[in-house]
Amino acid sequence: MIALEGVSKRYGGQTVVDDVSLALGGEGVTALIGPNGAGKSTLFGLVGRLVRPDAGRVTVDGLDVATTPSQELARRVAVLRQDNHVAARLTVQDLVEFGRFPHSRGRLTVDDRDHVERAVAHLGLEGYRDRFLDELSGGQRQRASIAMVLAQDTRYVLLDEPLNNLDLRHMGETMRLVREMADVLGKRVVTVLHDVNSAAAYADRIVAMRDGRVVADAPARDVMRPEVLADVYDTTVDVREIDGRPVALYYG
Amino acid sequence: MTALSAPPASTPAPARPRRTGLGVLVGVLLVLLAGVSLFVGVSDVSPASVLGDGPAAFLLVASRIPRTVALVLAGASLGIAGLIMQMLVRNRFVEPSTTGVTEFATLGMLATIVLAPGMPVAGKTAVAALSGLLGTWVFLRVVRAVPVRSLVLVPLVGIVLGGVVGAVTTFVAYRLDLLQSLAQWSQGSFAGVVQGRYEFVWLAGVMVVVAWLAADRFSVIGLGEEFATNLGLHHRRVVAIGMVVVAVITASVLVTAGLVPFLGLVVPNVVSLVIGDNVRRSIPWVAVLGAVFVVACDVLARVLRFPYEIPLSVVVGIIGAALFLWLLLRRRSRAH
Repeated sequence: MIALEGVSKRYGGQTVVDDVSLALGGEGVTALIGPNGAGKSTLFGLVGRLVRPDAGRVTVDGLDVATTPSQELARRVAVLRQDNHVAARLTVQDLVEFGRFPHSRGRLTVDDRDHVERAVAHLGLEGYRDRFLDELSGGQRQRASIAMVLAQDTRYVLLDEPLNNLDLRHMGETMRLVREMADVLGKRVVTVLHDVNSAAAYADRIVAMRDGRVVADAPARDVMRPEVLADVYDTTVDVREIDGRPVALYYG
Repeated sequence: MTALSAPPASTPAPARPRRTGLGVLVGVLLVLLAGVSLFVGVSDVSPASVLGDGPAAFLLVASRIPRTVALVLAGASLGIAGLIMQMLVRNRFVEPSTTGVTEFATLGMLATIVLAPGMPVAGKTAVAALSGLLGTWVFLRVVRAVPVRSLVLVPLVGIVLGGVVGAVTTFVAYRLDLLQSLAQWSQGSFAGVVQGRYEFVWLAGVMVVVAWLAADRFSVIGLGEEFATNLGLHHRRVVAIGMVVVAVITASVLVTAGLVPFLGLVVPNVVSLVIGDNVRRSIPWVAVLGAVFVVACDVLARVLRFPYEIPLSVVVGIIGAALFLWLLLRRRSRAH
C-alpha cells in the first residue's frame, strides 16, 4: 500500500497539498481527478520522492519514502510523469532496458533481458526496437514509455496524465493498456486523468482533489454524479447514462 | 496477452545503430594520423632514422611521442567532457568553453601564478581543477535559477558568465603584467609538449575511464531528474561525479596545452546524430573521433606554414566553428 499520513506541501505562501491522508494502490485502477492546480501532480511528486513534504509522512509498503534508499523504492513504485516525453536519441530498446536499472544498475542479467523482452513483446514494439525515440509518433513513444515501466517490474505504477497530447485512438489504446496492466499483470495502477469520462470508463476507484484536499474518494460510479463533479470542478456538470455507463457532459 | 494494435509489419526496422564498419574505419584513421604526427615536424624524423641511437630517436621519445600521446588524450577527453556536460545540463550546445568552466579554470591558474609562483605543476593543476569545479557549480546554479528553456539561451548564459570571469582574469593579468602567460593558455598549442612536461594530461585519460564506468548513469541523468529518480538513481551524486570529470579534464588539458575550443561541442553532436545518446555506446565514438579531430588539426597546424607552426586553437577554431554552424543550421528544425 502507498499511504499518505497528514501530508502537506506549500510553495511560497500557497498550500498545494493540504493535510492529505490517503491510501492508494489497492487492486485495479485508481484515477486521480480534479481541476488544474488541485495538487494531483504534487501528490505524485510526493510519492515519487521528487517533492519533499513540509508535514506528514509517505510510505510505500511500510517503507518511509524520506529514508528508504531510492533504489529500493524504484523496485516497488514506477512513476511516469507527464513531462517524460523523452526526446533523446535513444532507441526503444535502450529505453526499455533502462527500466531494469533499479534491479541491475546497468549490467543486464539473463533475468533482466527476459523482462525487457516480455515488455517489448507485450506492447508490440518488436519492429521498433532499434528506432530512435525522436523518430517515433507520440503514441509509439507512449508505448515505449509504458514498456519501460513494465520492465521496471514494480507492484505499483503511477501514471501522471498519460493521455496528454494523444489523439482519440491512442487515448483509447493507452487506457486499455492501463486496464490490462491491472487485470492481466496484476499491477496496482494509479493515474492522474484530466478527462472524467476516461476515469469513469476505465478506473475502479476515483479520488477527486480540489484545492489540495481530497474531496471525494469512492468507486467510480459513485463519483460520477452531478453534485459531486460540480463540487470538484466548481462548474455544472450533467451526468447521463449511456449504454449503462455514466458519462459526464460538460459542454455548454 | 495480446499486444494492442501491433505496428504494421511493413515498417522496416533499420539496423541497430552500431556501425561496426565505420568504427573500424575511424580507428584506422586515428592510428594513421598518430603515425603521421610522429614523423611530421621541423627536424627530420623518419621511420628509418629512428632505428639506432641518433638524435632522431631521442627526438621521437622526448618530443614526438609525448606530443602525439597528449593530442590523443586531450582530444578524447575534451570530447567526453563536452558529452558529459551535455548530459548534465540536458542541452546539446554546452561544453566547458561555453559554460564558463574554462574561464574559471584559467582564473585559478592565474591565481597560482600570482599567489604561489613556485607551486609545482601538480598544485597548479589541482587549483585549476578546483576552480573549474566551482565554475561548473556556478553555471549549473545560474541555469537552474534562470528558467531558460530555449536550447540556445543556455549556452548563451554560459558564454556571458565566461565573459565576465574572463574579463576579471584579463584585468588582473593586465595589472600584474601577466598578459603574456595568459596568452599561453588561451591559445592552445601542443608545441611545448615534451617529455616531463605533459604527464598531467594522463589525468584527463583517467577521467575518460571514470566517465565510461558511469556511462549508464549519465545516460539516465540525460533524461532528467524525475526520470532518474524514478529509476532509483541518486541524481545529485551523479551530477557531482560528472562535474568532477569535466573540471579535471578541463584543467589538465589547460595546463598541458591551453584552450582547445569547440571540440567538446562538435564531436558529441556528430556522434549523437549517427550513434544516438546512449552514453555507453557513444563514449568510444566520442573519444576516438575527438582524438582524430585534434591530431588532424595539429598535423595541419604543423604543415600549413612549414617550417612554422600555427597555434592549434586557430585551426581547431576555424574547422570547429564551421562544423558547429553546420550542426546548428541542420538541427534547427529539431532544436526548437
